[in-house]
Amino acid sequence: MTQMVSLDKIQPQQSVGQPKIEIKNLNFYYGETKALKNISLQLPERSVTAFIGPSGCGKSTLLRVLNRIYELYPKQRAEGEVLVDGKNILDRDQDLNLLRTKVGMVFQKPTPFPMSIYENIAFGVRLYEQVSKSEMDERVEAALRRAALWNEVKDKLHAGGTSLSGGQQQRLCIARTVAVKPEIILLDEPASALDPLSTAKIEELIDELRADYTIVIVTHNMQQAARVSRQTAFMYLGELIEFDDTAKIFTSPQEKRTQDYVTGRFG
Amino acid sequence: MPSTHILSAYDEELQYLARRISEMGGLAEQMCAQGVRALVNSDAALAQKVISDDVILDQMEREIGEKAIVTIAKRQPMAGDLREIIGTLRIAADLERVGDLGKNTAKRVIAVQSGGVPRKLARGLEHLSELALEQLKEVLDVYVTRSPEKAEAIRLRDEEIDAMYTSLFRELLTYMMEDPRNITSCTHLLFCAKNIERIGDHATNIAETIFYITTGHAPEGERPKDDTSNTLGAVNS
Repeated sequence: MTQMVSLDKIQPQQSVGQPKIEIKNLNFYYGETKALKNISLQLPERSVTAFIGPSGCGKSTLLRVLNRIYELYPKQRAEGEVLVDGKNILDRDQDLNLLRTKVGMVFQKPTPFPMSIYENIAFGVRLYEQVSKSEMDERVEAALRRAALWNEVKDKLHAGGTSLSGGQQQRLCIARTVAVKPEIILLDEPASALDPLSTAKIEELIDELRADYTIVIVTHNMQQAARVSRQTAFMYLGELIEFDDTAKIFTSPQEKRTQDYVTGRFG
Repeated sequence: MPSTHILSAYDEELQYLARRISEMGGLAEQMCAQGVRALVNSDAALAQKVISDDVILDQMEREIGEKAIVTIAKRQPMAGDLREIIGTLRIAADLERVGDLGKNTAKRVIAVQSGGVPRKLARGLEHLSELALEQLKEVLDVYVTRSPEKAEAIRLRDEEIDAMYTSLFRELLTYMMEDPRNITSCTHLLFCAKNIERIGDHATNIAETIFYITTGHAPEGERPKDDTSNTLGAVNS
């Protein structure tokens, strides 16, 4: 007979790098409510990790801890350790501006600033660096090329960012994120508001970006997680249920709750 | 899988596939049993029935394939569901081959008829076919109950059929050497015996597929083999 290949034995295309992010015994609270319960996991460098799970399971919360964006809101606090390159970013002395240059984020809804396409990108760069006009032009072009948007906008760089289509706006946001040269990119449902073609472009982009960045993506679309990520973490009610190679999670997960979720057996 | 999907139509589609596999299994099994009976009793009418049943079995396999493809396109199955549907396709292909082997045995009935089947050989063939069909029947039962342990047990039992086939092979050689007039019918019988032995192999394949569906990995280790007929040429020279 034809030899059955057990899918869990499929080798990753490239070997998984060193852990870029190490989460240790992380708990998170919204006021009195505990939203993350003792999460520990390691996210390898230059690799895409997906967080999946039903609404309210804590996957977005976990993502929001990674650049401490939750601190913009009162009564939200994290306990435990999140090491990025070995340094605990939850430390009080962590410079938040520095952290957020290092850890970029793209949200579910495209959020271009109400300014030109060019300025959308230049704005962030200017916050951290002093660059000449010609250098800035180069940075803007490079970022737009990186986000596979350059050819579509090169003739209208001074048109408003909001004049672009939803998919283009989202790629503009990704361009804005990569322009400040982060090391980690957090994507919170980056394609859920987009049509299938724009979604495919975003996924293609993620595929290219993973060579240079450590990417963490939260998605409700399981096929998307299966397509773009190397590792997948399944979360449920604030707990990390299973974390494994994506191929394994979607073909033969070990935990019954993972199996039930990925096959559509509970909501 | 015990729990149900949120989408009940999805469950119905998977149940439909499982039901059709069981039906295919029943027909394939019947074709093989009747093929051997037609051979042993020189029953040309029964042989003809087996040959025409193969058309139905082929049609069933096509229907399962089409339904599985539509289900994959529509549901984008994951994990256990994905293994289930892929497993269904593999099992349907195995059962279709089992039917072909039954038909091939039936086709030889007329050729063997002229020479007749010696009683002793007939009993040997019947016994071999009982073993193989028992194996097939059990594996179809395991398909319904989904026990990886039982699937593994069946897989390891194919050895018995192989040993039996090898001994029939020796016996047929002896007959041919005794009287060259036996060569035509004995050659046909040899093919029939090989057909039956192959049914056991397909049952083993199905057992491995069931093991994969339930556990997510292939059974470990080589399957046991006791068919030594491929080296038997030297025995009588």
